[in-house]
Amino acid sequence: MIRLDHVAKTYRTRRGDVVHAVDDVTLDVGENEFVSVVGTSGCGKSTLLKLVAGLTPATRGTIHVRDQKVCEPFADVGFVFQQPVLLPWRSVLDNVLFSVEMLGLPPWQYRKPAVDLLELTGLGGFETKYPRELSGGMQQRVAICRALLPDPGLLLMDEPFGALDAMTREEMGLELLRIWEERRKTILFVTHSIPEAILLADRVVVMTPRPGRIARVLEIELPRPRTMALEFDPRFKAYSDDVRSLIFARRQERA
Amino acid sequence: MTAPIARRVVSDYVVPTGTLLGALLLWEGATRAFHIPRFIMPAPSAILGEGWEWRYRFLGHAWVTLYETLGGFALSILVGVPLAVLIVYSPVLKSALYPLIVLAQSVPKIAVAPVLLLVLGHGEIPKVIVAFLVAFFPVIVDTATGLAATPPELLDLSRSYRASAFKTFLKVRLPMALPFFFAGAKVAITLSVIGAVVGEFVGSDKGLGYVILSATSYWKTELAFSSMILLSVMAILLFGAVSLVERLVCPWLTPESED
Repeated sequence: MIRLDHVAKTYRTRRGDVVHAVDDVTLDVGENEFVSVVGTSGCGKSTLLKLVAGLTPATRGTIHVRDQKVCEPFADVGFVFQQPVLLPWRSVLDNVLFSVEMLGLPPWQYRKPAVDLLELTGLGGFETKYPRELSGGMQQRVAICRALLPDPGLLLMDEPFGALDAMTREEMGLELLRIWEERRKTILFVTHSIPEAILLADRVVVMTPRPGRIARVLEIELPRPRTMALEFDPRFKAYSDDVRSLIFARRQERA
Repeated sequence: MTAPIARRVVSDYVVPTGTLLGALLLWEGATRAFHIPRFIMPAPSAILGEGWEWRYRFLGHAWVTLYETLGGFALSILVGVPLAVLIVYSPVLKSALYPLIVLAQSVPKIAVAPVLLLVLGHGEIPKVIVAFLVAFFPVIVDTATGLAATPPELLDLSRSYRASAFKTFLKVRLPMALPFFFAGAKVAITLSVIGAVVGEFVGSDKGLGYVILSATSYWKTELAFSSMILLSVMAILLFGAVSLVERLVCPWLTPESED
């Protein structure tokens, strides 16, 4: 589905410094695969998503999505950010419909699917509320519904639960898995939470900063459907130890 | 349920009204007790009486000032909003226009008014322009701030949906800027009143500003006061009207249920 081939992204800051946000990243993501990208802040995780979405051009290397070279934004992508960034003047339902509207699709044909999505994410009955009347977790659910409504094949999520409290966060992660089981899509999920990355994904891409590089890709061979109980599984602990050592012991590894 | 409402009515209406009435009574009493000449400080009753006597003539003058104020306000929006859009969308135009706008704002308008009236002659148009010059700045600055306040994620999102820049402007940036625009418009409407009066002070034979000026030159202080009060009432009503429009256009800003 996604193929990144020796992709690099450098940009200049206002002071004129050159920043290597992403360097020499090669990665294949399969159809309907759930891939987490984990790393400390500033390791180019978010840049990676923007590159895949075609929002910013790669400095070097090529990106293909479904054998199409990515040069500019393309349809079939859903984006979820750390902040819900809903439109405060729109009702919950109209916020969900925003994606199809911006895509130039007729919103009235999507009212029923939008209501169904809200139902699926536990927001049934909230259609006419304004975003500020909702909690942070509910707002992020609306943002996820917005991304899901045009039924994109690819979902790019940039620390989507990063702004939520720990309990809501775990709940939302499992909810995302439930939705993913129901309507399969390829998900590229950026996070700085190691347990979250392992719990959700088929594979975990561990990135190290300055320049943003892939340290290793871990196959997560834990049974699905996944539950919170897996965190006590010895394999889970082994995976998180692996990820942790890759992130924090980078210098020793290099030497 | 009734007790909090009653408390709110008392705190929102009874207390301020009572304070105002108390101050007026004190004023009335003081002018009478100390025999203050009416041309130095007229009593509220004298001001009210004079205003009532002038009620029909006031109508005409108030209409002129209202017309000048609204003209200046409308002009400040018609010019300010497009300029704000240009400034936000084009860095070149921003560096070209912004210094000029700030310069235009820094020139004291009271100093410009006589020149403007000299150039444009008498009548209402020069006053409309003075009102515009006084009022346009907050409209531009606030609207530009609002247009620039769209979260970058939302712009990325629109771009990822391949929406045109115009569509993004219409559906995201413009509504996002509305509360900022109204903040500027509320300042602008009160400034427009000031601008209109400044224009009238410099040279006119109509309007509430003219009434104040001519009344003071004839020592008719109570007439000047009643004209002043009328001006304030007008400014408050105009401010209220803009706030009302804001509430109608941006219903998401006013909480539905308040505790």
